[in-house]
Amino acid sequence: MQDPQILDARGATCPGPLMELIAHIKLMDVGEEVEVLTTDRGSATDIPIWLRKVGHECINMREDAGVYHIRVRKTK
Amino acid sequence: MKRILIVGGGIGGTILANNLARRLNHELHSGDVGITLLSASDRHMYQPGLLYVAFGRMTPDEIYRDQASLLEPDIAFHVDPVEEFRFEANAVRTASGKSFEYDYLAIATGSRPVAESIPGLAEHAHHVYTEAAALKTFQALRDFQGGKIVVAAAVPHKCPMVPLEITFLLHDYFQDRGLLDKVKIHYTYPINRVHSLENVAKWAAPEFDRLGISYETLFNVKEVDGAKRQVLSEEGSSVDYDLLIAIPPHKGMEVIEKNNLGKGGWIPTDRNSLRMENRDNVFVLGDTTNIATSKAGSTAHYEAEVLGENLAALVKLGSEVKTYEGKVFCFIEAGKDRATYASFDYNHPPQPQPPTQAVHWFKMAYNRLYWNSVRGLL
Repeated sequence: MQDPQILDARGATCPGPLMELIAHIKLMDVGEEVEVLTTDRGSATDIPIWLRKVGHECINMREDAGVYHIRVRKTK
Repeated sequence: MKRILIVGGGIGGTILANNLARRLNHELHSGDVGITLLSASDRHMYQPGLLYVAFGRMTPDEIYRDQASLLEPDIAFHVDPVEEFRFEANAVRTASGKSFEYDYLAIATGSRPVAESIPGLAEHAHHVYTEAAALKTFQALRDFQGGKIVVAAAVPHKCPMVPLEITFLLHDYFQDRGLLDKVKIHYTYPINRVHSLENVAKWAAPEFDRLGISYETLFNVKEVDGAKRQVLSEEGSSVDYDLLIAIPPHKGMEVIEKNNLGKGGWIPTDRNSLRMENRDNVFVLGDTTNIATSKAGSTAHYEAEVLGENLAALVKLGSEVKTYEGKVFCFIEAGKDRATYASFDYNHPPQPQPPTQAVHWFKMAYNRLYWNSVRGLL
């Protein structure tokens, strides 16, 4: 399996993990995956909610030393 | 001679060139260092001024200066945009056919609005990201006599405070014209709060409530139906408008994509060293990076200062001395005569304070002081 792209959105940055993901997904091909890195606990909830709403897939999520790794597949 | 080549004459490239010219003044005079800046234009635009042009508070001539007049005299400046990056040869080829070689390269080509990437947006929405668009918005606002104004933000966009600022300015603009009772302002935003920075959102949402501005979140513009005057979202919702003000999506410059330097025109860049991925002597700053932070003038400004110190240290000491910690400072106009600001970095979120007149006047002063700032004097 191909390694996913990495979207490093750690820290208190603006525009933040979800908005970075929305922009990044536009540049991906259908079927491609990206792993979002974020230290923002809220994004661990917000990102899956948005993915469900627009129909992309949250493959898995894990936390490692305060960093959330959220793996996403573009489905359409 | 160590040759430093800067590609891009916006805020990032200009501050970097001037910063380096001061730090390396002795080396420039002795011929040990050469600094060259390549730009696509002989004019420099103060981009935040476009917001004020749209509201009739600045005129276009106030937001331009001759690029050459902003540069230290020892900088070699050419209006000759790059067409090809030849990293293996440490050289670029320009539109005029010339080749410029370098020991260190800094890329600061910026970003551009691509309203045309969303069906119907370019045809039916107004925005403030080019001079022509800002003037058209000015006329549309002058002509508007009442109805529903929708503010719709697409991503990615530069200057993350603009959606809020436009909305607050619209409120005060129509209040001053005595039309507020006939105007309904509706704000939409891509994520599930009214601004990407949580603390800014916590401040802005009650402000919207207080001013009677309605808002809808998780709204990503998918398409504009001009016939129905309707904006459709990726999330499946829609909103009707009489006047549509958009924050258009952005891409990096075409030359970046044409040279396969990064998807979307964003170059993969280390967020602390500002070094281009897999390139030891190539650095990237401002909107051109793919760093997950604000595409804003202040980001480019602070990055340029770090990079200026590091490139000078590479020449003088052989190694870098600083890291970029994500510093950003954004003014937030909260109406016609009050403002606040957000200051943050990778590790410290902003703590915006209630808007004041003093901060607004500081922003007004900065609109003039910018020309000293970009010369590297502030």
